[in-house]
Amino acid sequence: MTTLADPHKESFRLSMLLNDTRYRSLTFQFIALVAIIATMAFIGGNLVRNLAEAGLNISYDFLGAQAGYDINQRPISYDSQDTHGRAAMVGLLNTLIVAFLGCITATIIGVVAGVLRLSPNWLVRKIMAFYVEIFRNVPVLIWILIIFSIMINAAPAPNAFRGDEPTASMWLFDSIAVTNRGVYLPKPVWGAGSLLVVGVFIASIIGIFLFRRYARKQLFDHGKLIPTFWPSVALFFIPVILAQLVLGTPVSLEYPALKGFNFRGGITILGSLIALWFALSIYTGAFIAENVRAGILAVSKGQTEAAGALGLRPGRIMNLVVLPQALRVIIPPLISQYLNITKNSSLAIAVGYMDLTGTLGGITLLQTGRAIESVLLLMLFYLIISLSISFFMNIYNNTMKLQER
Amino acid sequence: MSDTHAQTVAFVRETEIPQSPPPALEAGAVKWVRENLFSGIFNTVLTLLALYVVVRFAIFVFPWFYNGVWEASSRKECLDILREAGKGTGACFAVLVDRWDHLVFGFKYPQDGYWRILLAFLLLIVAAGPALFSSLPRRMLLFTAFYPFLAFWLVWGGSLWLPLTILGLIIATMLVFRLISSQIPVNIRQIVSGVIGVICGAGLAYLLFIGAQELVFIANSVGTEGMIAPIAYGVFWIMAIFAFVFCVPMGIFVGYAIYNSYEDGGLVSIVASLLFGYLAFVYLLSPIWMALNSIIPIELQAVASRDMGGFMLNMLLGTICVSLSIPLGILLALGRQSPMPLIKGVCVVFIEFIRGVPLITLLFVANVMLAYFLPPESNFDLILRVIIMITLFSSAYIAEVIRGGLAALPKGQYEAADSLGLDYGQATRLIILPQALKISIPGIVNVAVGLFKDTTLVSIISMFDLVGMIRGPIQNSTEWTSVYWEVYGFGAMLFFVVCYSISQYSQWLERQLNTSHH
Repeated sequence: MTTLADPHKESFRLSMLLNDTRYRSLTFQFIALVAIIATMAFIGGNLVRNLAEAGLNISYDFLGAQAGYDINQRPISYDSQDTHGRAAMVGLLNTLIVAFLGCITATIIGVVAGVLRLSPNWLVRKIMAFYVEIFRNVPVLIWILIIFSIMINAAPAPNAFRGDEPTASMWLFDSIAVTNRGVYLPKPVWGAGSLLVVGVFIASIIGIFLFRRYARKQLFDHGKLIPTFWPSVALFFIPVILAQLVLGTPVSLEYPALKGFNFRGGITILGSLIALWFALSIYTGAFIAENVRAGILAVSKGQTEAAGALGLRPGRIMNLVVLPQALRVIIPPLISQYLNITKNSSLAIAVGYMDLTGTLGGITLLQTGRAIESVLLLMLFYLIISLSISFFMNIYNNTMKLQER
Repeated sequence: MSDTHAQTVAFVRETEIPQSPPPALEAGAVKWVRENLFSGIFNTVLTLLALYVVVRFAIFVFPWFYNGVWEASSRKECLDILREAGKGTGACFAVLVDRWDHLVFGFKYPQDGYWRILLAFLLLIVAAGPALFSSLPRRMLLFTAFYPFLAFWLVWGGSLWLPLTILGLIIATMLVFRLISSQIPVNIRQIVSGVIGVICGAGLAYLLFIGAQELVFIANSVGTEGMIAPIAYGVFWIMAIFAFVFCVPMGIFVGYAIYNSYEDGGLVSIVASLLFGYLAFVYLLSPIWMALNSIIPIELQAVASRDMGGFMLNMLLGTICVSLSIPLGILLALGRQSPMPLIKGVCVVFIEFIRGVPLITLLFVANVMLAYFLPPESNFDLILRVIIMITLFSSAYIAEVIRGGLAALPKGQYEAADSLGLDYGQATRLIILPQALKISIPGIVNVAVGLFKDTTLVSIISMFDLVGMIRGPIQNSTEWTSVYWEVYGFGAMLFFVVCYSISQYSQWLERQLNTSHH
């Protein structure tokens, strides 16, 4: 028995695939699948034919072959006898180094500039606006090249430090040399017993944390405000210095010294790394400054006024009330700025800093002629770095989020 | 009470005393300075520090700028002139005068053709006007639509008839669409639909059959040796079987669908006009423009793409890629919002992949890899490959901006469109996109500015844009080696002027479009 409420049992017609919303999306997806397969066939067929014509094949064997070129900054041991694969690893580490350094300094510059852009001081405000606009509106490549040129042309050559009347001198008790080839810093030498010093140092850092937690607990439980800043500083330095003195300076410094045509010893920070690092941080800092400013403006004025009514000073209002709330607005765009720094660090190739692009996408590609393999691998590396940065930063962002009921 | 008061008070003022001026420290410029510069110890220190920085900067830059030498043939001559004049520092702006053409137009563009670039640039401003400022007459948009063809002719040269014929064929294609969708009676349309359905169905089946063969060919050349190869071999075989099995059913289905749409004319008119456009471009384009050109030759000296250079190249890449990537970005954003998992998945993978890699790797793809993926007989030149890759790059970013705009629309807008009975296309075109795009304009402008700055990256794959020009021919020349402040400063200034004005425009537009009443 049929009633009016029963739907019509429609027989399936071909036109329903197009005109019936129940099936239409399936049809479209099927057509899309066919289109994707057709594209794959087109691209793949071209690739196979072009490779056959050029007498090439796809093979990653070159990664095991001897690289035969030098890399000027080696976080892990590497020489020209090593493989292309190891050269790519060195490049990857160099990329991570400059990206990491850049993220830290860009954040500092950005937060300072962003806060100062809202300063009551007219002159400071204007200078910071000038900084932000100048750096945001000029390509980062031009900044990298300008700063690199300044490094090369304005810093003294190593031989300027030579002779009885040197035209250049080292800084900080002859420990730091700034030359046009790079900056030379003292390097710690780990002697016998240095493990103990490091142990003391780590213990004192843990001590600082425990002390601060104790002070906080005292404040919350008993309302006693214990000063934390100077005790922390003391805890940071004194145990290590004591350990050094008692154990007879197991950790000593090796100073850079002029030997031959260049400085030897110590840590070398390449001019290209400094140019890239500085340019990336100051360029991205301008963007972060804008994010910080927007974040601070997003905190309602009532918060500042309430904090002022409680008797907090402007500095503490910023630190304790405004910035923690602004952070929630600032962090998401900050993540994408970190990603930008990582991606822009590939411009290292313009100043000869041997990062991933310089090794795998540069010399390895040119030497082996393995263009497809190198570029694909290069993209894969960057993709992994980007995805992991956004993954970890998103976790951090979720912990910082306002806990809503 | 009041009595005693009246007796004790000897004097009551009956007139109001005139207002006294505020204390000198609390008025005018002094007050402003006190409040804005010296309101506390910290602020005073900050002000003095800032003043020190500004003064040092001025002392450093002004003599350098003021003493600048504008006429010299080499850096050495510049330094000689400065030394003779007894000036310590001075810029050598002569490099800009000497290499002006190179910096702006590149070193291969024919000199007597510079007016073409300038004219194209001026017309760009006219063409962009109505798109940027809604107060300008709407009729000017006609010129905007015509501009790409004119600019192509001006920049690349050749015969004017080529772009005009292309334009004519596009208009003809649109007329075919109009004609089939509305003008002709249904019974004729049924016949047309049948014919087009058969052609398209057969063509599609044939294409898929070839595709299946191609996939088998790929699978066999991949082989089964190694670790990844067997998987790829299997995948390609599965796809080949899929394509083979479905080539005839797909052909029949699509042919039927086209035939079946004769009543409302939607699908058939799209397919027919695309078919017409394709055939017209393949078989009609070159005969027509060559014939027209032989009757009335209007020609400019043709310039090859590889001869473009200097700031002009940056402008070219910037304008072309931004304008191409906005429609592509809209499609990607809509695809990412789509409820269909396959289409959504493809868009997500594409967008996240592009956003995860640096532009320079995509330029490497354009430089060394893309040629392998295209048919052996096709020869896209480098600039075209770079345009393709930069467009893909920026479309992913624009798609994310527009997705933000789409997500910001209240759900009620979608539901209202549905309740009015609009289909997906109408709702998107009439309700969703106008509002979503309005929200996304500042973001799109940001992407555009970023993209324009990123066009300097092409210098790394040895194209001679502004930066490539400076790093290559200028700094490597014997006369101008180690001149860097002047040239980079000039480059920075050009970019600053363009990018700053765009961002100011965006802020102005944001205020204009803020039609909500808070």
